[in-house]
Amino acid sequence: MSDHHDAPNPADEPSRTPVPMPTSASWSDPHLQPAARHPEFVERLIALLFVAGLVSFCAFGAAYWQNWAPWALGLTFGAGLLLVGTGITAWGKYLMPRGPFVEERHVLQSDSQDVEAFTNALVERGGTPVKRRKVLGGLLGAGMGVFSITALFPLLRSLGPLPGNTLATTDWKAGTYLVDQNGKRISQYAYAVGTFLTVFPEGWEDQDRGQAVDQTILVHLEAEGPIEGMPAGRSTWTPAGYVAYSKICTHAGCPVGLFERELGLMICPCHQSMFKLSEGAIPIFGPAPRPLPQLPLAVDKDGYLYAQAGYDQPVGPGYWERP
Amino acid sequence: MTQRVGLRLPSRSKKQREPLGPYGRVGKAVEELDERVGIAKGGKTFLDKIFPDHWSFMLGEIALYSFVVLLVTGVFLTLYYIPSSALVVYHGPYKPLDGQLVSEAFSSTVALSFTVRAGLLMRQMHHWACDIFVGAIVLHMARVFFTGAFRKPRELNWTIGLTMLILAILNGFIGYSLPDDLISGTGIRIAFSIVLSIPFVGSYLAFFLFGGNFPGTTLIPRFYVLHVLILPAIIVGLLGAHLFLLVRQKHTQFPGPGKTERNVVGSPMFPVFMAKTTGFLFMIAGTIALLATFFQVNPIWQFGQYRASNISYAVQPDWYMGWLDGALRIMPSWEFVGFGHTIPFNVLVPAIIFPGIIFNICFAWPAIERRYTKDNLMHNLLDRPRDRPKRTAAGAAMLGLLFTLFVASATDVLANFFKISLNEVLVAMRVLTVVVPFIAYFVTYRICKELQALPTAGKRKQVNVVRMTEQGEYVATPVAPPDEVAHHELEAEPVPGLIEDDTPAEAVPARAAASGDAGNVGTSSVRTVPR
Repeated sequence: MSDHHDAPNPADEPSRTPVPMPTSASWSDPHLQPAARHPEFVERLIALLFVAGLVSFCAFGAAYWQNWAPWALGLTFGAGLLLVGTGITAWGKYLMPRGPFVEERHVLQSDSQDVEAFTNALVERGGTPVKRRKVLGGLLGAGMGVFSITALFPLLRSLGPLPGNTLATTDWKAGTYLVDQNGKRISQYAYAVGTFLTVFPEGWEDQDRGQAVDQTILVHLEAEGPIEGMPAGRSTWTPAGYVAYSKICTHAGCPVGLFERELGLMICPCHQSMFKLSEGAIPIFGPAPRPLPQLPLAVDKDGYLYAQAGYDQPVGPGYWERP
Repeated sequence: MTQRVGLRLPSRSKKQREPLGPYGRVGKAVEELDERVGIAKGGKTFLDKIFPDHWSFMLGEIALYSFVVLLVTGVFLTLYYIPSSALVVYHGPYKPLDGQLVSEAFSSTVALSFTVRAGLLMRQMHHWACDIFVGAIVLHMARVFFTGAFRKPRELNWTIGLTMLILAILNGFIGYSLPDDLISGTGIRIAFSIVLSIPFVGSYLAFFLFGGNFPGTTLIPRFYVLHVLILPAIIVGLLGAHLFLLVRQKHTQFPGPGKTERNVVGSPMFPVFMAKTTGFLFMIAGTIALLATFFQVNPIWQFGQYRASNISYAVQPDWYMGWLDGALRIMPSWEFVGFGHTIPFNVLVPAIIFPGIIFNICFAWPAIERRYTKDNLMHNLLDRPRDRPKRTAAGAAMLGLLFTLFVASATDVLANFFKISLNEVLVAMRVLTVVVPFIAYFVTYRICKELQALPTAGKRKQVNVVRMTEQGEYVATPVAPPDEVAHHELEAEPVPGLIEDDTPAEAVPARAAASGDAGNVGTSSVRTVPR
């Protein structure tokens, strides 16, 4: 076949005219012949694939049994599946009836009589007894309506508490000491200028709520306060050059955890909002709409930092009830 | 021993049995079963069912079989995963974590990766299968869109498929949140903020979903039941409906020799298609296994346990969430504050309204196109994308928009990689998001028109026989193409024809018909079909 020099003879080509599936097979029909030109060769190739797959599966068994490395497990498992799969596909593609076969589509639509009968049964047979008893229908409708609303109570209302004021409050109060994640109080002398750490209200550092709601960034921004550029009325909030802001991004609530020391910026790694630390953490870039709320700091007589007051506004991203 | 022989019932020799008939035991089994449940008639129809051949029809199969892999590996994972956020001290083979306080969800995921034999392989396969599942659905959907396979009578299946895509994305997100690692926990935190952003009911919805304020302890058990039971059950149900409709309405096919609106040309279900598709299942499972083996995905032990106050750098979600993350990043920082209320448009628009619009356009597309073309005919032959330039251009614009947003979810990585300012990358992405869809539309439209105008595009090349004469010259002689091919060129069915129409369609080459007034999506072919 492959070595003839003459013009292609149409008679040599397998018929490409689709035929219906033969009801009783006559195996001489060209459509039922294998698609491959050299079936014996393909058969050997497929046998080779199957043998390789078999070997691969055996190796997988051994790898599992001997607890070899995960890559050995995966390699033998995946290669076995791939080899056997290729073999089966090739079997179907090259050694099975090449066709093409044709099948008539059936019109999906029903006869107009059937449609009429069905609609009639639906509307007249069922509709008449229902339509005539409007009171019954109304009562049933009212009952099911009330049911479907009340059924939502256990399905929805039991799922969680009402938000109430939860989103607007934190556990920072006047006089709460700042502690690090190990519960250690923060001394104003312990950190050099340019240090950044995450602090929590004392007693909350190992609580879920403390971690999620009260998390606060503390930066030793300058050698001593007050810091220039801070919004009016906050001159006493930054003793010894320390500033503290809520760590929850006002955009989507990620922890604002990247400190860019040279520019004095906090950057949110999620969506790249940037907050200027020396100017009340106003957002200078990105999708965050509001400054990070600032925690007013104070220093006790031993030099430990505590909060003058809690946050003056809800922390974190916006929501409907936020004033 | 000899006594036992006496107790035996007299064994029937082969001669005493009923003769088996020409088909042997299989024939007997079919007969017995048919007497009871009547399988022969429907069974024959099923075995004879014709599947058209085209590589693009495999995309749906990839989705189907990666879902099979998901189910199998997922069941394996449920045997070892503990859906609990209760804290335990980790002791195990992964030394960097030793002695740390982690949740049971996290420690069980690490344990099933390192101590359960083949556990890491199964977990990696599960994650890879999910990424491939969603990707295959998207490609399959694109195929259906660009070839017009969603047209009547298949609008319902388009809707079902799209619903499955949304559920797949949702379940993928919930699934990679289950290990309770640092990156997935950050994703959940963002999800909480997104729910919060909905006006009027946001905080209530968020509290009901999370069982209180973020993070709470009920979330992981809830996500678990959603991930392993509720969403898969819905997907399986929809998948059944999808396949049922596919069988009932039969496949679409590309125009070609002997292919009409009223028939299906291809290979029969048994044994050809069955062999090919079974082999394909194995090949997909094998490919996923090899990907899982050699390409690490989601190494949660490197990220560590989720703590709400910790964060990692270059936080990116799985790829199918990328477009939403990109939209969140490039959205301007608009927030409405007034009348004692806050509406965070900077989150609401990109995360709720925008995907809502995108998916609703997709849901409504069959109706939109039908309204525009006034084409209410049955279509079983597929369009070539170039023959429907406006639809193709619209699809390209949509893909262009989503791809730009996907790229936008890597603004920080791009800025680092190309050593340019993050600010510039962000501005560029904002501009591109608006511009790219229009460029994609225009360019695609022009390409379609050019391809239509090219007379030889998509046609078989003329067969030439080259001979060497005795003088050593070469002479090329055009040869008439074989009969069947010529038949294809001359009598290709108009696209689309009328399934109800009994009059034979005129022999109009499809391309000539379409290029007549190809600017109008769908209408051209309707006019060319003789009434």
